[in-house]
Amino acid sequence: MNDFTTWDILRNLLLAARWTVLLSVVSFIGGGLVGALLLFLRIGKSRLGQIFVRFYVEIFQGTPLLMQLFLAFFGLGLFGIDVPAWLAAAVALILWSAAFLTEIWRGCVEAVARGQWEASSSLGMGYLQQMRYVILPQALRVAVPPTVGFSVQVVKGTALTSIIGFVELSKAGTMVTNATFEPFTVYGFVALIYFCLCWPLSKSSQILERKLNVAHRNH
Amino acid sequence: MSLIEITEVKKRFGDNEVLKGINIDVEPGEVIAIIGRSGSGKSTLLRCINGLENIDEGSISVAGAQLLPDELHLKALRLKVGMIFQSFNLFPHLTAGRNVMLSQMVVKKTPRAEAEEMAKKMLERVGLSHKFDAYPDQLSGGQQQRVAIARALAMQPIALLCDEITSALDPELVNEVLAVVKELAAEGMTLMMVTHEMRFAREVCSRVVFMHQGRVHEIGPPEEVFSNPRTAELQQFLGVTH
Repeated sequence: MNDFTTWDILRNLLLAARWTVLLSVVSFIGGGLVGALLLFLRIGKSRLGQIFVRFYVEIFQGTPLLMQLFLAFFGLGLFGIDVPAWLAAAVALILWSAAFLTEIWRGCVEAVARGQWEASSSLGMGYLQQMRYVILPQALRVAVPPTVGFSVQVVKGTALTSIIGFVELSKAGTMVTNATFEPFTVYGFVALIYFCLCWPLSKSSQILERKLNVAHRNH
Repeated sequence: MSLIEITEVKKRFGDNEVLKGINIDVEPGEVIAIIGRSGSGKSTLLRCINGLENIDEGSISVAGAQLLPDELHLKALRLKVGMIFQSFNLFPHLTAGRNVMLSQMVVKKTPRAEAEEMAKKMLERVGLSHKFDAYPDQLSGGQQQRVAIARALAMQPIALLCDEITSALDPELVNEVLAVVKELAAEGMTLMMVTHEMRFAREVCSRVVFMHQGRVHEIGPPEEVFSNPRTAELQQFLGVTH
């Protein structure tokens, strides 16, 4: 009675995987932009900004992503705002990514030797000039591998949005399973597709790390 | 009027008073060597003059302008007083030439071509015109320190502060850096240097300051300080290092 071919299963999963990719890209880029903003508050001179970002990061790193998704999805509903699943998913993932990227990047900025600040100060540069010409160019180089590495977490994080009803790869897997009664095959494919998305990212993170390290030593 | 006037300067790190009332006046063209044991406050004093540390009491003025801890005053001060560090602190992502050009372009808004010309001139002055396009990690320690000197000179300061600038160098590289400093001194640059190079201090400096436990313990021309130390502490210090 099973009318589904393997190709049917795979085709449906691949179609849904487009949404996983889209959501990942939106979350990563959005998270990067928000994260950059938070970074400047965190390493800036305003005490209030620093405290706010620390608090923000603690909250998002200290609670499960799933709870954040629930809160974004149901929380706004309490105020009578009807939040579609895709919007709740994107907002939660953007804010979540931002928290982690800010922390990663802060570490990179702080990894720049203190002498660099002192030397640029002694040459008369102001805070913004030091940041722009001396500190960030060096921090950026250190930041690339862990940032690319984090994108893997974002891709895998999108799987959780299936629970609030966003139809991406995982949700599609469940739906196809319900129709075909072949969970092992279906979830096997799902896992394989995730792996195909994630592996190139983590591999390129490794390659970048080696390359930038070598570049740092010899230019 | 003295070029650098340090008056009753006190500096504390927590409960630890590192500078306990320092008074030194530096005349234009003078070369001052600051010697003393580690922890005697010599480096802290230099860092205070450049505003890298805030002083708790007293006053420092350079060419008549008071050192105040806000960005505008600090910038004005740092345009007059350059600083060279023990660990070179070149910008590793920029070539030697760009290291010398950057602050001119960013701080003084010097046009690029002019900054480049100045950079070439300054690198030539320290004997490194052929290393314009080399990155810091392609240079030896001595060469890096000479680039750092060129970088400070490109801002055309009226005085230079040198914080143990040969202490991180291999012995065979010390002389090339000291030769540059000696030349600067001969050209009339005002210099304040924390140093362990006693022979250099004796040869080149106009006055030697011996610091001990946060105070200026002895001060005078090198012949006097080195040949005829008055206090037991300086006698002991010189005995140890000679």
